[in-house]
Amino acid sequence: MLAYIARRIVYVVPIVLSVALVCFLLVHITPGDPLVAVLPADASQELAAQLRAAYGFDRPLPVQFGLWLWKAVHGDLGTSIATGRPVLAEVMRAVSNTVMLAIAAAIIGFSFGLLFGLIAGYFRDTWIDKLATGIAIAGVSVPHYWLGMVLVIVFSVQLNWLPAVGAGPGGSGQWAWDWEHLRYLILPAITTSVIPMGIVTRTVRALTGDTLSQDFVEALRAKGLRETGVFGHVIKNAAPTALAVMGLQLGYMLGGSILVETVFSWPGSGLLLNSAIFQRDLPLLQGTILVLALFFVLLNLSVDIAQALIDPRIKRA
Amino acid sequence: MRNFGRNNRRAVLLALSMASVFMVPSLASAESVLRIGMTAADIPRTLGQPDQGFEGNRFTGLTMYDGLTMWDLSSATKASVVIPGLATEWKVKDDDHTKWIFKLRPGVKFHDGSDFNADAVVWNVDKVLNKDAPQYDPSQIGVTASRMPTLVSAKKIDDLTVELTTKEPDSFLPINLTNLFMASPTKWQALYDKAEGADAKAKSTAAWAAFAKDASGTGPWKMAKFTPRERLELTKNDGYWDKKRVPHVDRMVLLPMPEANARTAALLSGQVDWVEAPAPDAVKEIEARGFKIEKNEQPHVWPWQFSRIEGSPWNDIRVRRAANLCIDREGMRDGLLAGLMVPATGTFEPGHPWRGKPQFQIKYDLPAAQKLMKEAGYGPNKKLTVKVQTSASGSGQMLPLPMNEYLQQALAECYFDVKLDVIEWNTLFTNWRRGVKDPSANGSDAINVTYAAMDPFFALVRFLQSSMAPPVSNNWGYINNPKFDELVKKARTTFTDKERDEVLAELNAASIDDAAFLYVAHDVGPRAMSQKVKGFVQPKSWFVDFSPVSIAP
Repeated sequence: MLAYIARRIVYVVPIVLSVALVCFLLVHITPGDPLVAVLPADASQELAAQLRAAYGFDRPLPVQFGLWLWKAVHGDLGTSIATGRPVLAEVMRAVSNTVMLAIAAAIIGFSFGLLFGLIAGYFRDTWIDKLATGIAIAGVSVPHYWLGMVLVIVFSVQLNWLPAVGAGPGGSGQWAWDWEHLRYLILPAITTSVIPMGIVTRTVRALTGDTLSQDFVEALRAKGLRETGVFGHVIKNAAPTALAVMGLQLGYMLGGSILVETVFSWPGSGLLLNSAIFQRDLPLLQGTILVLALFFVLLNLSVDIAQALIDPRIKRA
Repeated sequence: MRNFGRNNRRAVLLALSMASVFMVPSLASAESVLRIGMTAADIPRTLGQPDQGFEGNRFTGLTMYDGLTMWDLSSATKASVVIPGLATEWKVKDDDHTKWIFKLRPGVKFHDGSDFNADAVVWNVDKVLNKDAPQYDPSQIGVTASRMPTLVSAKKIDDLTVELTTKEPDSFLPINLTNLFMASPTKWQALYDKAEGADAKAKSTAAWAAFAKDASGTGPWKMAKFTPRERLELTKNDGYWDKKRVPHVDRMVLLPMPEANARTAALLSGQVDWVEAPAPDAVKEIEARGFKIEKNEQPHVWPWQFSRIEGSPWNDIRVRRAANLCIDREGMRDGLLAGLMVPATGTFEPGHPWRGKPQFQIKYDLPAAQKLMKEAGYGPNKKLTVKVQTSASGSGQMLPLPMNEYLQQALAECYFDVKLDVIEWNTLFTNWRRGVKDPSANGSDAINVTYAAMDPFFALVRFLQSSMAPPVSNNWGYINNPKFDELVKKARTTFTDKERDEVLAELNAASIDDAAFLYVAHDVGPRAMSQKVKGFVQPKSWFVDFSPVSIAP
């Protein structure tokens, strides 16, 4: 097992390097001026050259990449051109808010997804199955931003029950789980949860159905095992795949949903990415993409290792 | 039935007790708070020279800071003009028109209690112009130096007198100085002394970062709480030097909300009292719910800037004038933009001191436009194809695509065949500077970039003076009109305000007579607010004065 984990970690290194290279190049090959956030269009050539030198954009691209990577490895992702604040602090603050939103959305999405999936699987091809499947398909299909706006119109504008935007009465600051802060979380979390809920429902439904149709279940029942015992076996068989699906969905949510966070002005990584793109804040854009990509890679690694721990057949594959 | 009644009574009691819980804080707190949803995605920089264009100046420049000169924002009907700020008077030297003497306002203190004086002015000029000064900050020069392009240095004469030097005679300097905000040198020095860093430059950067979190200016508002990207809270400065402008509310909370629908929802749900630029299609709903929309003509132009290089179809003045006569601007205002624009008949409209008396009247006159086009050799069977480069979004661009499609249809009636080249906003902004001869223009005959018209350089000179052609500045189409050049030179070297304004008016009139641009619209800076907001005056400016605003209980 240790060899498997070590091998998986080694595989991660080239992936991370590739990610770093791609996100560095992506923002450099796009047209436009990297200093547009601070350089007015009527700035003199002298001023433009002066600023390019100050930010290091006058150096050859490989040198810029080397310096950027060296600093990144040492925890320095540079300074935001637009705000002058350290990129790492900006990204970590935003990621912290996104993690909070993702956890809430995961709890909602996975709870309802598991519930609907198990019910649909147990009552396959009945109206209950069709209802649960219908909800799952709607969850996957509905546009995030549209659902978010509908929820805001109903629960904020019309009923005035929940806040429409923001992360807390005095800003997010730090994680707080009291009602005054939680009420800001409810609508974005529900909006974010619908896709994982739909996907988990469909996955768990299929797994439950397949497991229940296998011979060993009939054998367990023939031996007199109660349905709760059978249920335990079903969950055990479905767990590794469901876990992988959950991990991937959590990864997507940690990546931040630009649309949901923009609709709700939720100060997470999605909104940060949106700002970085519109302000063309290259260091911030690079730093945000890199951190989010690393999150995704590490999450996948964790899921792979967890799967191998649960089902030893996986590490042999 | 009896149970139902008892349940109802319980529900009423429960509701009352819950209501009392919510009411207690509002009764206990006498503090008045004004909450504003900005269009910015982040709090504009707070260290003295804000980013994010004039929205930055509006919210974190003119609130916490003052300049030597400032805009009079007290009138909704008159054009905003420059008035004394931290300087009480100024004059160019008779024997050397590159040197200006500014007399400073006595008794002004920064929020940290230190004195505002000539040393502070020199220090603030050096922060963006003197590379050798410890406080020199590259991150602030981009948004400052280009707004005062001729200023070179500052020198203390005595505690309340300072001499500013320009590299050439420039009568626009007092107007430009509205963009230089005075930060506290004492506060910065204390932060610099505490800062850690490998060298002086690193310490300086750290000091500015610390200053941005705990700013100190002389403005009517003081920084109270700052959460990056989420909120900035300002409290009123009771000791502000202009007693008439001590704020009427205790606290102002600024919240970045870049998405128009989110801002609108925040207003309608009572989360904020005021939003900038509500979604145009929500205006009716906002008004129907009892909120008010404030708007006024802004010094802003939404134009097509013509190519004037050899071979351009716009070199024929009949074509330029025809395009200007072919647009039903009132129709665009009342239909497409739900009233949120003012039809443009030039860079400045009647009533503005720089308007002048143009001979050519820009209006909707389809027969006259068609006649001009026929005279120029075009007609229903021989259309003139023109390509315009624009963006799908962007600061100040209003609704670029729908507006350009409106123009496309309107101009088709005057025998134009308009092609749109839509590119990303930042790329368009970069291309603007590169000019029509650059490959990035992609064969366009015009470019659609909105511009601010606050001061003469930004409004007129950078587009009309031949020496402002790329790569120097924004004369994208290479306009080369000796009359424009002569008037620019005259305006810059006329040091009496009234006479300078007359020359600028002559320049504006000349540009309208020449149909230098396709003038379409001025933005109106719409903002929606609760009926509780009282005392607000929306001037004809990008900026507003928050001091007289109060909140009804």
